[in-house]
Amino acid sequence: MHIKKPQFSAEKLRRFLLKPVLFLLASSPAGWLLYDALNGQLSANPIEDLTYRSGDWALRFLLITLALSPLKNATGWTFLIRYRRMLGLFAFFYVLLHFLIWLALDHYWEFSEISEDIVKRPYITVGFSAFIMLLALALTSTRKAMRKLGRNWKKLHQLIYPAAVLAVLHYLWLVKADILQPLIYAGVLVFLLLARRIKETQK
Amino acid sequence: MLIKKAARIASSEITDEKHWKQRRQFLKSFALVAGGVLSPSILLADEAEKLPAAMPHIKHTDYGKGLKTTAYKDIRAYNNFYEFGTRKEDPARYAQDFITRPWTIKVSGECEAAGEIGMEDILSQITQQERIYRFRCVEGWAMVVHWNGFSLSELLKRFKPTSKAKYVAFETLYDPKQMPGQKRRVLDWPYREGLRIDEAMHPLTMMVTGIYGRLLPNQNGAPLRLIIPWKYGFKSIKSIVSIQFTETQPVATWNQQVAKEYGFYANVNPQVDHPRWSQAYHRNIGEGIFSRKQKTEMFNGYADEVAHLYSGMDLKKYF
Repeated sequence: MHIKKPQFSAEKLRRFLLKPVLFLLASSPAGWLLYDALNGQLSANPIEDLTYRSGDWALRFLLITLALSPLKNATGWTFLIRYRRMLGLFAFFYVLLHFLIWLALDHYWEFSEISEDIVKRPYITVGFSAFIMLLALALTSTRKAMRKLGRNWKKLHQLIYPAAVLAVLHYLWLVKADILQPLIYAGVLVFLLLARRIKETQK
Repeated sequence: MLIKKAARIASSEITDEKHWKQRRQFLKSFALVAGGVLSPSILLADEAEKLPAAMPHIKHTDYGKGLKTTAYKDIRAYNNFYEFGTRKEDPARYAQDFITRPWTIKVSGECEAAGEIGMEDILSQITQQERIYRFRCVEGWAMVVHWNGFSLSELLKRFKPTSKAKYVAFETLYDPKQMPGQKRRVLDWPYREGLRIDEAMHPLTMMVTGIYGRLLPNQNGAPLRLIIPWKYGFKSIKSIVSIQFTETQPVATWNQQVAKEYGFYANVNPQVDHPRWSQAYHRNIGEGIFSRKQKTEMFNGYADEVAHLYSGMDLKKYF
């Protein structure tokens, strides 16, 4: 009798281990925020602290999501694309957190104030626009939506690029004098967009 | 009983002071640059903070009686002092080794008795008071602080300003070795501020040498700073080394940097928004995660005392 040996290939290991590990890693900043909030370890201005930190993570996950396909092209690791949806949804999760903190804690659901801010303050206008774009992407991230939208799905999901640009602009326009941090994000974004461009022209 | 002998350390293994200081400095500047991207709290454990010495003989006053004050620890942990970095926690972290003695203030310009005065003379010759003032940052947060110090006019009068002295210009120390934030040209160093002479001579305008009965912590502008309670916080210049009486309006750093956002006067005014955010409300520091914003008052609540200084002026133009 021929007994088939179970195959613990790198491929299987990836499939069963990498996704949960990535999920845990991607959720840890939220856990960290919650831990600090519950233990009184936020700054003396806790609402600002939560807003900044959730915003930072939203930007980081947007850039991580955008980095996957250039990274795939550079390394040949096609499996990376399988995690793009999950990481994109994490980016949206942190954007949503950032938005809700602003809405509920900063503005106490005062919608007149909120709408005035969105209209009058350019950095909020662009941030809010990015949020709406990413909301559309998150809502159409299911297989069902993909099937339904067909060719248009890909077109719609190109919105991640303007959303990322607006998100960086949102940061750049809110700082007072020290633009180093937003410039670092802008630099990474430009690099990722160029990397994509180079691949496209090679085709 | 087992007594462990201290391990012998070859003198060649002991890092000499110059090197570990450099190493520390390197770590600090690295953390400073890495900034929020790497969250330096994991790189550097907070060094235990030594509290400044208690101030003897403080004269209590009725200023701000009944106001609910901000916790001492919050005042030391959260503030702007770009000389030590641009994040709110930077001053507390990077100002700990700042040397504030000996310290002299040079007084020059349109006055009869130009000269210098040492910090110890200021503390021993001028009665130090305690006053409670509201403090409003241009960014939209606020505190209430037990300041120790005296009316700036008491110091200025000693140098006998002449009739040509229409303004007073102030300068912060420039010392990038001690003030790591000055290594990057975020602002045009040294930090400069200015007041009209009547604002400077107003009894509310205070030269501050301490908070909560202790000498001013390094991160809050040691050894002495201004406090002008009806103006946004950036007017209240820290770690002052120079005072100059001038005939024309002096340069003020933030005003020079972005004139349309930060005026020379910078009076707290809920009717004139910062171009990028509202000034109608502020949030009090230390009230936790569910604190609501408060309405900001004209001149930060000091209108009765100071509004006359600006009568006839268009405060939307001269913001």
